[in-house]
Amino acid sequence: MKVSFLVSYFLLALLAFGFQSDKREFKIIDYPQFESLTKEKSEKIRIFNFWATWCAPCVKEMPYFQKVQEEDTSLKLYFISMDDGRKPERVTSFMEKRNINSPVYLLNDVDYNKWIDKVDPSWSGAIPATLFIKPDGSKFFHEGEVDEKELKTMISQLK
Amino acid sequence: MKKLSLLLLSFAFIAIGSMVNGQDSQGFKIGDKASDFNLKTTDGNMVSLNSLDGAKGAIVIFSCNTCPYVVAYEDRMIDLHNKYAAKGYPVIAINSNDAKVSPGDSFEKMQERAKDKGFTFPYAYDQSQEVIKAYGGTRTPHVYLLQKEGNDFVVKYIGAIDNNYQDASAVTERYVEDAISAIMEGKPIANQTTKAIGCTIKWTKAE
Repeated sequence: MKVSFLVSYFLLALLAFGFQSDKREFKIIDYPQFESLTKEKSEKIRIFNFWATWCAPCVKEMPYFQKVQEEDTSLKLYFISMDDGRKPERVTSFMEKRNINSPVYLLNDVDYNKWIDKVDPSWSGAIPATLFIKPDGSKFFHEGEVDEKELKTMISQLK
Repeated sequence: MKKLSLLLLSFAFIAIGSMVNGQDSQGFKIGDKASDFNLKTTDGNMVSLNSLDGAKGAIVIFSCNTCPYVVAYEDRMIDLHNKYAAKGYPVIAINSNDAKVSPGDSFEKMQERAKDKGFTFPYAYDQSQEVIKAYGGTRTPHVYLLQKEGNDFVVKYIGAIDNNYQDASAVTERYVEDAISAIMEGKPIANQTTKAIGCTIKWTKAE
């Protein structure tokens, strides 16, 4: 009886894991984890877009970022959510509904004044905002909403 | 001579360009004299800095109806006003969002919000966005703590209310309260500027 329970539990776990690996990438991180993410080596231009599910201009510009990354293999896109870390389901259900395939990290660190300047000194804290990191580690930061054309112009200037 | 004037002209263009683009780098800095305003409030009155009776300063907060960070701070804005108005530092909340871009931030919706939440402080409408442009506010909520010196209102602190929007009981740094205490005790303000994640200002779009 116990064994069959264990086996079914194991099978369930396996099933869940199977679905999980198939699923979109979502993680809750703190600022040091975000910083190490930005410091990883990459041959691509990495784009970190700061957004939140409740932020209308953010939600509007997200498809442009997804599209641009799909068209250009030299880019790697991350969506950094500023949503409430106590309610991650808001983000995961948004990802499903909007078909967000890029990795999403919920940066759950509300002591904002401690880290906003570290992302970029020119950032006032308003979202949307986007950090671009070139393969050589150099950075470019933009605060405010972009349309597809503006985004492409920014990327071409980074190349 | 021609070359020089061309050079000067191009500098002028660069200067104008950066003024237009650099909305967030413009505005008042610590120590600047804040400009006065005369804005209509949700209770049908007008509010200006110089009309504040017996004020030693003011806690000017660029706010709105629609931003979740503002909503999270509304009770704390009421508390700030209730605690400091009598001491000479009333809260003045100002909504500068364009109602066409953000319909939830119309004057009527402001009146509803003020009534529902029972705002004890004036909630004013900066329809022309001239006030927020002069101050250099970039997000909501965005606090400018002013201290009256003679007839001037001098900017003493710019930034967030405290360091935890999610949970008032988990706050470890009360930036605005600490700044007012420092002013009242004649001590230097430890954090003169702070940053926080906030909602963008919904600027009026050119027709």
